[in-house]
Amino acid sequence: MIGELGQLALCFALALSLVMAVSGLIGARATAATARGIANGSAMGMLVFTLLAFGVLTYAFVTSDFSVALVADHSSTLKPLVYKISGVWGNHEGSMLLWVLVLAIYAGLVAALQRGGARLTSAALGVQGLLAAAFFLFIIFTSNPFLRLDPIPFEGAGLTPLLQDPGLALHPPMLYIGYVGLSASFAYAAAAMLVGEDGWARAARPFMLIAWIALTCGIALGSWWAYYELGWGGFWGWDPVENASLMPWLVATALLHSALATERTGAFRTWTLLLAIAGFSMSLIGTFLVRSGVLSSVHAFASDPTRGFFIMVLIALAIGGALALFAWRAPTLQGGASFEPVSRDTTLLLNNVFLVAACTCVFVGTLYPLVLDAVSGTKISVGPPYFAITFAPIFFALLLLVPLGPRLAWKRGDLKEAVRALYPAMGLAGIAALAVLAIASPRTVAGTAAFAVAGWLIGASILDVRKRKGARAAAFAAAVAHAGLGVTLMGVAGTTIWRSEALEVLSPGQLMTVGPYTLRFDGVTQVAGPNYTADRAHIALMDGAKVKAVLQPEHRFYPAEGQDMTDTAIRTTGLRDLYLALGDDRGGGKFTLRAYVSPLAPLIWLGGLVMALGGMLSLWGRLRVRAGEPAAQALPAE
Amino acid sequence: MKNSVFKVGAFLLLMLAPAVAVPVADTFSNPAMETRARALQRQLRCLVCQGESIDESRSPLAGDLRHLVREQMAAGQSDQQIEDYLVARYGDFILMKPPLQPDTWLLWLAPFLVLGAGGAIVWLVVKKAASKGA
Repeated sequence: MIGELGQLALCFALALSLVMAVSGLIGARATAATARGIANGSAMGMLVFTLLAFGVLTYAFVTSDFSVALVADHSSTLKPLVYKISGVWGNHEGSMLLWVLVLAIYAGLVAALQRGGARLTSAALGVQGLLAAAFFLFIIFTSNPFLRLDPIPFEGAGLTPLLQDPGLALHPPMLYIGYVGLSASFAYAAAAMLVGEDGWARAARPFMLIAWIALTCGIALGSWWAYYELGWGGFWGWDPVENASLMPWLVATALLHSALATERTGAFRTWTLLLAIAGFSMSLIGTFLVRSGVLSSVHAFASDPTRGFFIMVLIALAIGGALALFAWRAPTLQGGASFEPVSRDTTLLLNNVFLVAACTCVFVGTLYPLVLDAVSGTKISVGPPYFAITFAPIFFALLLLVPLGPRLAWKRGDLKEAVRALYPAMGLAGIAALAVLAIASPRTVAGTAAFAVAGWLIGASILDVRKRKGARAAAFAAAVAHAGLGVTLMGVAGTTIWRSEALEVLSPGQLMTVGPYTLRFDGVTQVAGPNYTADRAHIALMDGAKVKAVLQPEHRFYPAEGQDMTDTAIRTTGLRDLYLALGDDRGGGKFTLRAYVSPLAPLIWLGGLVMALGGMLSLWGRLRVRAGEPAAQALPAE
Repeated sequence: MKNSVFKVGAFLLLMLAPAVAVPVADTFSNPAMETRARALQRQLRCLVCQGESIDESRSPLAGDLRHLVREQMAAGQSDQQIEDYLVARYGDFILMKPPLQPDTWLLWLAPFLVLGAGGAIVWLVVKKAASKGA
């Protein structure tokens, strides 16, 4: 019964999304107040029914109801409760349901907050209704999570052990809050073109910020997971699935900056609209890449081409429709504001150029091999060396410019004054570079430059925070986010340039050294987890003849899924990770052990958190300002 | 599609295979040679893995390829010769860094074209915006 309830809820949600689409678009007209009421109501109704459908599926997973095919294929009674719940989105159908749930939540928020006035909100709801309807149709016709199974199996197939991990339990919801959050700014941009309303950038700002914060956290979580779970000590592999999340982040970052200029001075109106469209397009393309099965990696659970085709049509309609609207309406928008060549406006334009170029690297690097293979059958690989040559210098140039922007005034800035004010930051950059040259070995140009730029970024942020104490929350937030970039940069440089590693076959009692550490292999014991058995190695970290700590990397076997996994052991000082992964049983008590020493690795994700914190501060500032505003905003004259 | 099915299959096989043998890379006693070998290994793709180089992959094929690379190095072949040999055997797919040739010009140039075009547009926009204010 419960499965049919979910099915029914999905159908109601689809019907409400269509009502919302039609009434929302009608409500964009000044006189159609009734339609606006219907749009708001159906947004709430859609949220309730989508929540119900998601709740039903979660219930089926938690109670291991194997009469639902999806549960039988992706869960088992042996799994701990938390992975039964995360199993809901650890598969194609459930993750698409999560996608529309997030979309419905955003639509509910748009309806509840009524930012930017009733007409703009109504048109935005109309666009969100269209998107939601397309995704509900996709789910019901190609990816139905509630299909039944007969006869009912006694036990499910389980969840890929790779996904049975706290990092990956949280990673998809985070990313989806980001991906789908960009649909809200997309909807506002389309609505603004329909209504001819200027205040959309301001109205959509909280949604852009939420999306950006969630993407930042989602990417950081994914990278952290790859680091501790995959067992090769890397944090970013330029895998197409990783790239799929990086592209929306790059465009969303550009959008946040460009929208700021549009909001403050009215500059770059059309460009900001275009970025809002591009941001959500990247989300859709990312979804297509991951969900259609064109790639095959740990994330690509889906391998049904009809789904890929459906998403491709959806992308074409969404992007094509938005661009057509843009071509039709953009020329009617007022021209840009005036500003001097030396101004914050110009630096924001440059920021956008570098970010879009960086996104182009990731875009062609991800899609070119697929297209080339489809067109000519030639197979090429685009791996890390490609991105080191293209992405790295472009992003590096962007980072060099970052401290200048906040130092220049809108419309007309003073470059000399800005540079003078930044002298202490340059000093910090110099100290960082010298310190690296003195301490680190080997001495490399890239490492020295990375630390100089990190010092430059962090120094400038400290100056910003100190000088502007009590000033606008936005400036403070920007300083924090920019400092986060510097922190991540140090982590990336530390791990990629100065990582040391060792791989050895060890007998019990044997010693091995990696970097500054001496390790003693004390044998392996068998242990049983809740739904796996494991070889647990006991590795003593030696301090002379004394044992300083014992690390226990594991090799796990999951019988329900018939798969095995490595579970790494990481000991961190906060500034340096000792990373151990247990390899194979070589017989006679001998095992292979991989050991890495990654200097500054934790800074990679710490920097991500700092960036996200900057985003949150900005969001908080926004909402606080809004609370002080007069509640009702007058409708703009027709 | 067929290719991706194959890749998925290969990937699953790898995941399913209990205790895939990890051939411990034979190491050169000469540190310079070892560094060179590691750098070269990072440039070569493990053909059956997901985007891993033969340096980091634990698949048996990657082990065989590492062995092959080291054999060739020991025989005095240059990096370029070894890459050429592997490309002749496995195609461009084995190179982590795609070669610069007519069908990859767009791949290599696109980011810089966008950068250049963007720069030109900024130049024009800024000029226009400045003249408006004057």
